[in-house]
Amino acid sequence: MDLRDTPEEATFRADLRAWIEENLTDEIRRGRFEEAGRVWSRKLYEAGYAGLTWPKEYGGASAPYSHQAIFLEEMARAEAPSHLGVIGLGMAGPTIIAHGTDAQKAKHLEKILSSEEIWCQGFSEPGAGSDLSAVRMSARLEGDHFVVDGQKVWSSFAHIADWCILVTRNDPESERHAGLTYLLADMHAPGVEVRPLRQITGEAEFNEIFFSGVEVPVENVVGEIGGGWQVAMTTLLHERGTLGFALTAALEAQIQKLVALAKERGATPLQRDAIAREWIGLQAVRYTNYRALTTLMKTGIPGPEGSGSKLWWSEANQRVTKIALDLLGPDAQVMENGNYWQHQQLRSRGNTIEAGTSEILRNIIAERVLGLPRSR
Amino acid sequence: MEFAFTQEQEELRREARAFLEKNPDAPLSALRELGWLGVSVPEERGGGGLSFVEEAILFEEAGRALYSGPFLTTAAVLSALPEVDEQAWSLELDGLVPHLDAVDRVLREDLSAVPAEGETLATVDETRPLGRLGPVADGTVLSGSGSFEAVRLRLLAGLAAEAVGIAAKALELAVEYVREREQFGKKIGVYQAVSHPLADTYVETELARSLAYRAAWCVAEEDEEAPVAVAAAKSFCAETAVAACERSIQVHGGIGFTWEHALHRYYKRAQWIDAFGGNASRQREVVAAALLD
Repeated sequence: MDLRDTPEEATFRADLRAWIEENLTDEIRRGRFEEAGRVWSRKLYEAGYAGLTWPKEYGGASAPYSHQAIFLEEMARAEAPSHLGVIGLGMAGPTIIAHGTDAQKAKHLEKILSSEEIWCQGFSEPGAGSDLSAVRMSARLEGDHFVVDGQKVWSSFAHIADWCILVTRNDPESERHAGLTYLLADMHAPGVEVRPLRQITGEAEFNEIFFSGVEVPVENVVGEIGGGWQVAMTTLLHERGTLGFALTAALEAQIQKLVALAKERGATPLQRDAIAREWIGLQAVRYTNYRALTTLMKTGIPGPEGSGSKLWWSEANQRVTKIALDLLGPDAQVMENGNYWQHQQLRSRGNTIEAGTSEILRNIIAERVLGLPRSR
Repeated sequence: MEFAFTQEQEELRREARAFLEKNPDAPLSALRELGWLGVSVPEERGGGGLSFVEEAILFEEAGRALYSGPFLTTAAVLSALPEVDEQAWSLELDGLVPHLDAVDRVLREDLSAVPAEGETLATVDETRPLGRLGPVADGTVLSGSGSFEAVRLRLLAGLAAEAVGIAAKALELAVEYVREREQFGKKIGVYQAVSHPLADTYVETELARSLAYRAAWCVAEEDEEAPVAVAAAKSFCAETAVAACERSIQVHGGIGFTWEHALHRYYKRAQWIDAFGGNASRQREVVAAALLD
């Protein structure tokens, strides 16, 4: 047990900090989401920070997971914009590496790393949220291509995406996990329509995607036709992989702002207690992530102790933003003063819904970690 | 960065669990024979030459087994003595002395060591009585290199580790029970109103374990963050243990409310741990002061 960076990790962190210092300009930090994001993503790629844990043969750095964790921590601390390729780098790429054909690897992996291709995720549907096996989007095989019809929802980046990882149902008679096919869909193909979905913050981070008679070549199937469930599980495993580090680091930045706000406005004893509680929780989740990371690096499999990170983070972020509103009092209702925290508080309501609702995450812990009988 | 136990540490945990499960009321001398007293004291002072992390593993297991002897208090005081001795020790904190009736000597805040004489008070946790020292003559002031603050930090970090053991045990009892107990024709663990609180206990227990061993590591390394890390761990771990017991009692239903069932003893120990040395909200005030003042 040694809770310090190893000399090698410390060097990686110091180099990264210096690089961020030099490259993360105010223009990029305050820039518009898409333009600034493209510039930033390109810089990360050129500096070799895209795909750190990807194998070298696919253009990655074959770096240990600890580097990815440090990378995510430092990015959040510097409040760097999101990498536009998060879905490509974190979900589509690893899935193609695990299950894709040589042709798919050659066609997409390099462009995912360079952010030349932006990816989005087409999993959720109006009738298939927590229950992904209820997917109904139809993919009808006609000769050398599938004809895809249906609707996806809650797709980040879809409005700027070039490609989509898509879970479809190739057999209309099939039910649940059988008869699903995982496709790589060209978002510029005829018949694809993207509509932004305005959320309670007023912004539109997510989109609906409508597919009407969209032709997807058979060579774009990942894994087997009808074997899409297993491929989708690989994607979700990667979604939840080192995510904990990004979340914890974002929470740390949030709590630092909360502490600054409390110092500026003064805090009652109850508010002080609440702030201390959240800071303690942050330390707890951070060191739990380190434990899970150590397990991952030793065994190749993330440890069960990390399964609660996202659950804890999402609820903690909701509490933290509420404490800030409490500190601000009536000022929080004024857009000019309370804008940041109002926005953060409203956005945090999505945290317990996206990437696995808290209810689903508790089911997973109860059933897979504690071994309780299945509720479904 | 490496946050995992070594094979030797895991082996120590297995040994401790096997022994303490069978002998929760073993005399302190039995633990001494196993080499568990002064584990973290340097060899040249008669100790085991290991770190406080190993000691914390023993405390976690002692909590899990509800070990009844003055192990934690003795171990905490031994760290401050010039030489490990064969006495049973306790210390006085907020005017109270744990295990006063079962120890030889008591360390006071001025680092004086006095005979364990005074009045023992019955406590809710019957295995951990508290006492008040009688009028005592001046004790011998210890000439070791230790400070009372270092002893206090070890005690609180040790209590945090004990609390983790209790939370884990209360969760195990709950999981075993809801996997077997049937109502309405189903194992009750299938109902989410039952399983979700237990999922929360699992998450909190793992978070607590991280804080407890991070605090133990800070104590072992004499890290400057130790006082805040210990306050954070004591606060979170004690509350986690109390909540784990409460949820476990709840899912056990009526049987969990009986004197016969072991749960109430875990519950009472958890509350003792929370109270002694300053309960969770007092520990959070230490953290708040470090953050905000």
